[in-house]
Amino acid sequence: MSDDIYKRLEPVFEKVFDQEGIVVGPTLTAQDVEDWDSLAHIRLIISIEQEFEIQFQMTEVNNFKNVGELVALIAKKIS
Amino acid sequence: MSRNLYRHLGWLKKAPDDFRDQLGAIEGHAAPSSVLRRLASCSLDTDQLRILARRMDRARAAGADLQPLVAYKLGIVSNATTDLIVPALRGTALRYGILLDVVAAPYGQIMNVAMGQVPEFRGQGLDAVLCALDARGFPSSPELLSASADAGLAGEALAFLQTIINGIAGQANAPCIVQTLAPSPERLFGSLDAIVAETGASFASQFNARLIEMLNGTDNMLLDVASLAATVGTADWHDPKLFNLAKLPFAQELVPLYADHVCRLIAAQKGKSRRCLVLDLDNTLWSGVIGDDGMGGIVLGQGDPTGEAFQSLQKAILALRQRGVVLAVSSKNDDRVARDVFQAHPEMILKENHIAVFQANWQDKATNIRVIAEQLALGLDAFVFLDDNPVERDLVRAHLSEVAVPELPDDPALYARVLLAGGYFESIYYSDEDRHRAQDYQDQAQRLRIKESSIDMDGYLATLNMRALIQPFNDSGLKRITQLINKSNQFNLTTRRYNEAEVQKIMVDSRHRTWQIRLQDAFGDNGMISVVICIVEGDVWTIDTWLMSCRVLGRKVEQTVLNEVAKDAAAEGVARLRGVYIPTPRNAMVAGFFAELGFQQMPGSDSHATYWELDIGAYAPCQTTIQVSRSN
Repeated sequence: MSDDIYKRLEPVFEKVFDQEGIVVGPTLTAQDVEDWDSLAHIRLIISIEQEFEIQFQMTEVNNFKNVGELVALIAKKIS
Repeated sequence: MSRNLYRHLGWLKKAPDDFRDQLGAIEGHAAPSSVLRRLASCSLDTDQLRILARRMDRARAAGADLQPLVAYKLGIVSNATTDLIVPALRGTALRYGILLDVVAAPYGQIMNVAMGQVPEFRGQGLDAVLCALDARGFPSSPELLSASADAGLAGEALAFLQTIINGIAGQANAPCIVQTLAPSPERLFGSLDAIVAETGASFASQFNARLIEMLNGTDNMLLDVASLAATVGTADWHDPKLFNLAKLPFAQELVPLYADHVCRLIAAQKGKSRRCLVLDLDNTLWSGVIGDDGMGGIVLGQGDPTGEAFQSLQKAILALRQRGVVLAVSSKNDDRVARDVFQAHPEMILKENHIAVFQANWQDKATNIRVIAEQLALGLDAFVFLDDNPVERDLVRAHLSEVAVPELPDDPALYARVLLAGGYFESIYYSDEDRHRAQDYQDQAQRLRIKESSIDMDGYLATLNMRALIQPFNDSGLKRITQLINKSNQFNLTTRRYNEAEVQKIMVDSRHRTWQIRLQDAFGDNGMISVVICIVEGDVWTIDTWLMSCRVLGRKVEQTVLNEVAKDAAAEGVARLRGVYIPTPRNAMVAGFFAELGFQQMPGSDSHATYWELDIGAYAPCQTTIQVSRSN
């Protein structure tokens, strides 16, 4: 299932950061992507909520170290 | 549809899947602004609007000519984070033909702007300043029930706002756009909140009522955020999580809707609101096809849910005319038949004298709208085109990109809502002059003749990806074939009626050949749209019946069908195809049918019938863009 989530995240990242070729993998962090600042992070979260039709709790929004943890969180919410 | 209409700007066409790729085309494009505007006219989310604004900036930095976009500079002051709103505003402005630049005051600097301490807000550079303040922006706003609070609270807040507005307008020498307050869904008592003066609900309602009074008669513009939040629901509008995380003033999902409303105002300020509404008739103003169903067959009026829905739309359109919107008609119809509905149908709300230009003919609608624009001496960007048929909408969008073409849902109950939701006729003031404007335009409309089509129709038809399935009559088609035979009046060469038993007899009779035609296109399945019956008489086939739905007029369906009929005739060794046109009050549109398709007129023709023949051996198939498949 997490493969499927990574696949669905790719166009979301492309749209949010307006960049092609971001490899969305478990070890990806904000440091690896140009323009991934705190506001872009909010935009990313909102777009993920819309794509997966889920809601993050406020405390979850800034509480993952990398995309792997984010995907685990999404997986928990859509299961 | 209804629930998501507003939040997804459902009156706009869906964004293409390859949105970013299509935007790539503006690099080196001869008219990049037309690509930007076309894509901006789709329903876009906040990220897509941001991408659009970035491409616009990139094109401008590369020295691209962005004419005819109109430059506009907007200042923003807010008590919340506007970083995510600004790019959305700039992308949305392209929808209105505006090249928007935004100067945002630093967070929390509202008073400094008003006092002239922020240089970008001083002088002549700004066209307007958006004062995006919500209830949290007022020093005395009663987030908690306060012992000292009383009914004077709203007055204090307004005095504060007045100081800000006067300061900003004076410093920037530009009008302000001022917002009403979106009430909170969180109630302290319950319904009693509306009565107890010191609650947030009372504060907002008093503030809003007095703000509207305060702005009336000034240059400042009202942005009715309270109404916008109520429309989508205040519980969805206010997003406590996002405010806590990033001081975002409302749900980010609603930013495109908010941005559209801001841009409507600035477009109106620049005189770029729409002025004329062009109406289709059949299945847009009433249910049914007047040419086929007749006055008694179309559905309009009280006593029937469908009839009432279409009347509601007509009422909304009449109200628009009364506030100054010019009305025109573009319909594929016989002029006399179409006008007759306006003159004689008792349930019509719209009358002939409400319509400034009436174009009922068989020409394509892009050409018709051009004629209407000339007659009214209005630019194409002043027009809105309302049509239930997605193919007509797409044709107009493809050829007249300046014309606004709202998407219509399948359900006519929502037509009026969608038309008004689009905000095409936004105004920033309303005067006596406006009340008479529709009539003035109407009086001045010049009479122009119908023009030849000026568009590349074949090129357009090729994009429709049309597929025809042609079969002899069969059991599954019987009901629809019988229905078409008994209901088609306009595109019908002989108007011969047969009941289901008779059609069944024709179907199995060896002296008859039959064809039923279904058509699919890029917009979906049109179902069965044409029926042909021939009688075999030695080496001659006589066309007994040839009819077609007017919905697919002008797509070369009839040429495609003749190609197939001729092919079948040749395969059976038939020498000639014989046809007759029997005129009725309704079928004048096919009087020239046989001549156009290459038949020779035969002696014996008179006012009751004309006779025609086609030499099968000499027939050269017509070129069409329809892909045919045959089955038995």
